[in-house]
Amino acid sequence: MSATPQLSRSPFGHLVLATADGPREVVPVRAFPIAEPERGISLVDGDGHERAWIDCLADLPAPHRQLVEEELASREFVPEIRALKEISSFATPSTWQVDTDRGPFALVLKGEEDIRRLSQTMLMIADSNGIQFLIRDLSRLDRGSRKLLDRFL
Amino acid sequence: MTTSLLSPGTPEKSLPDSWRGEIESRLAAGETIESWLEIDLDSRLQFARGLVVATTRRLLAHAPGAGTWESWDYRPGLALDHRDHAGVGTLELVDAQGRLASWRYTLGHNVTALKLLRAFEEQLASALSGQPVPLPEEMLCPKCKAPLEPGVEECPICTRETQVPPSTWTLFRLWRFAKPYKGQLLAGFLLTLASTAATLVPPYLTMPLMDNVLIPFQNGKPIDVGLVTLYLSGLLGAALLAWGLGWARTYILALVSERIGRDLRTTTYEHLLQLSLEYFGGKRTGDLMTRIGSETDRINVFLSLHLLDFATDVLMIALTAVILFSIHPWLAVVTLLPLPVIAWMIHIVRDRLRTGFEKVDRIWAEVTNVLADTIPGIRVVKAFAQEKREAARFREANLHNLALNDRINKTWSLFSPTVTLLTEIGLLVVWGFGIWQISKGEITVGVLTAFLAYISRFYTRLDSMSRIVSVTQKAAAGAKRIFDILDHVSSVPEPTNPVHLKAVRGEIELKGVGFRYGTRAVTRDVDLLIHPGEMIGLVGHSGSGKSTLVNLICRFYDVSEGAVFIDGVDVRSVPVAEFRSNIGLVLQEPFLFFGTIADNIAYGKPDATREEIIAAARAAHAHEFILRLPHGYDSLVGERGQGLSGGERQRISIARALLINPKILILDEATSSVDTETEKEIQKALDNLVRGRTTIAIAHRLSTLRKAHRLVAMDRGQVVEVGSHDELMAKEGHYYRLYQAQARNVDTELELTSLPTPVKEHAA
Repeated sequence: MSATPQLSRSPFGHLVLATADGPREVVPVRAFPIAEPERGISLVDGDGHERAWIDCLADLPAPHRQLVEEELASREFVPEIRALKEISSFATPSTWQVDTDRGPFALVLKGEEDIRRLSQTMLMIADSNGIQFLIRDLSRLDRGSRKLLDRFL
Repeated sequence: MTTSLLSPGTPEKSLPDSWRGEIESRLAAGETIESWLEIDLDSRLQFARGLVVATTRRLLAHAPGAGTWESWDYRPGLALDHRDHAGVGTLELVDAQGRLASWRYTLGHNVTALKLLRAFEEQLASALSGQPVPLPEEMLCPKCKAPLEPGVEECPICTRETQVPPSTWTLFRLWRFAKPYKGQLLAGFLLTLASTAATLVPPYLTMPLMDNVLIPFQNGKPIDVGLVTLYLSGLLGAALLAWGLGWARTYILALVSERIGRDLRTTTYEHLLQLSLEYFGGKRTGDLMTRIGSETDRINVFLSLHLLDFATDVLMIALTAVILFSIHPWLAVVTLLPLPVIAWMIHIVRDRLRTGFEKVDRIWAEVTNVLADTIPGIRVVKAFAQEKREAARFREANLHNLALNDRINKTWSLFSPTVTLLTEIGLLVVWGFGIWQISKGEITVGVLTAFLAYISRFYTRLDSMSRIVSVTQKAAAGAKRIFDILDHVSSVPEPTNPVHLKAVRGEIELKGVGFRYGTRAVTRDVDLLIHPGEMIGLVGHSGSGKSTLVNLICRFYDVSEGAVFIDGVDVRSVPVAEFRSNIGLVLQEPFLFFGTIADNIAYGKPDATREEIIAAARAAHAHEFILRLPHGYDSLVGERGQGLSGGERQRISIARALLINPKILILDEATSSVDTETEKEIQKALDNLVRGRTTIAIAHRLSTLRKAHRLVAMDRGQVVEVGSHDELMAKEGHYYRLYQAQARNVDTELELTSLPTPVKEHAA
């Protein structure tokens, strides 16, 4: 699986990988979406089997890389919280008005246990619909946001 | 096409005004909006607003970011695909040539999206065939397909998820638990009032004692022994009275608070047991244990000690103030001067401490969690020699706890001395003002002495009262965490209008069942009818959704979409306990509770007779090995059934299932954790169990399913094949491949030859 995978896009918008037994629709999946998003990307077919492995996204030739990146961008949805603007209550369920890297959103936190500490400074917050929000670096949030968040930690 | 106006696709809410104007100008004459979906993500998954509308003639869309409307008239080949991944739903409009458009939304809009999809399909079919959209026979909830009352748009089953945060006045909510003890509480309060009043008598007596006895004596008058005896006996009497009343009050209120504590604990635990597996899946054992154990205790101590003290303090202060004002208003004003300052300080510190204590609680739960993680997994810890790491994890949690406490104590330690300082300053002011007043002849020495006696009590009270701040906050934090459990509505709720099953035949039907765990769709669109007495074998790779299906049938979880019916009744309308009493479950990892073997077998039917227990054990082929144990049926088995082998434990759990004589039996990998020899033994036991019951068996080893009437092959959450072994083998599909894979496995080859169809016949 070390050879450069041959990728293209079908008229249906799917990523297609040329394999020994013909073209197959694949989806790219990051192995470490949070810890190391740029390395270790698997191309998985519709049956859930791995068809190719990309060690490092940067090693791919540009057009292929763009295809994979596009596909990843349209599949991966982990908004990063940049700021907490308002919190409806300190008791859960609580509605948070947040600014994310994907724009503002109102998330509903069902319980404190939906906030998970990934490391000392990194938090993962799941909202009531199961969307995962990431806070990459607690210490880089502004003071007001930190203060609000602190009540839940 | 007037009928279509009444179709279920009619939007439940009217279109937002911002869209309405734009869209109405685009509609042709006679064209109506059938369904709409407001989308909140663009193609790069940035939050942005857009709209997709299905009308009677076409699909209209305003993609987020795009300034224009796009429109697709209904034509053959057009299709709308729906799928979701990681919290994002996608609708794709395709035709035979390729993708025409795609729209994304967060899963909160999923129900609306599914409605849109339905409306689109109905309208498309109607536009192509020229037939009007058929009127639905009944309104169905788009999410769970349960019939809806006419006029009701939101399904009562699906809208139970409340998003209202509990009130912050949590401590007052404890009243619910105090209510049964109203009488005692009132008695306690009256006693408090009386005993407080009694303690206020002695300082009052110092006044005449000073002015009528001591001062006249200093001025040369002899001591009036009778008067002294009267005052002193008054002092003694007041002290004795205060003692008696204080004792009665403390005793009564302590009794009441212990009872409230007990009720709180048991109610919380009972509620906890009612919650679905989903809740337990998301919680950590240590955390729940702390909440029920130590936090109820903390609330209890708060109610019995601190709240009582606080009530006494407030009364004391109020009464003292009244007495002081009645003696000398101006001096009273001066005495009470520091009060607002102290009140303000309390207010300032309260907020800091409250958040602090909430944090301490959470950290404390964290400390317990480390223990709850490690102790059950101690074999793994030791096997990988990670004791040091676990110790470090514990130390770190403790360190975190320490750091937090240090921070709170910084505030806290400053608080008490400051109150004391204010007290001293207050005394100083009273002394100064008093001496000045005496010098002017406004008051007597006796009055000043009485004042000083009162306010020293008064301020000590204020000091102890300030302590209430921290304990109240601690108790409030504890109460909040308790009510977090109590407020959690089970995601497997008891029906409001329960339907009681009479004699259960054991027919199970799954209709369009889907289940979502977090954002992951675990099963989708499962339709299956299981006849009474039929044995169904569920096969598939691990993770194909077999166990989920069984969990849904047992109603450990409720379906996200579709419905499960037992004898034609939706399981959600049957009382949970009544429904489960018809189900016998044998799991891969049998769980034995601490107790005797007999107790464990009779777990589902505690009033079973000894004969019944033995009969069940015999049928489960457990009787003989039980007799070989030193204490027979009275042998104690530990928390995880130490001392018994896997096969033995399994047979006990089979006996347990046999004893309740269920109509429906579920075997979830019942034989996978044992060797083939033991499996044969268990298999014999199972054969007894299966007879005459609707059975759903999950097995990794296909040999276990040789008695199954039908096999259901599952793959990635969907049923891919249904049929008998022979039919499925002839199909050469999913089951065939699974079977071949196992046939190649030398271990199981022996077993497989005993199957009705010889392996070699189909082997490649």
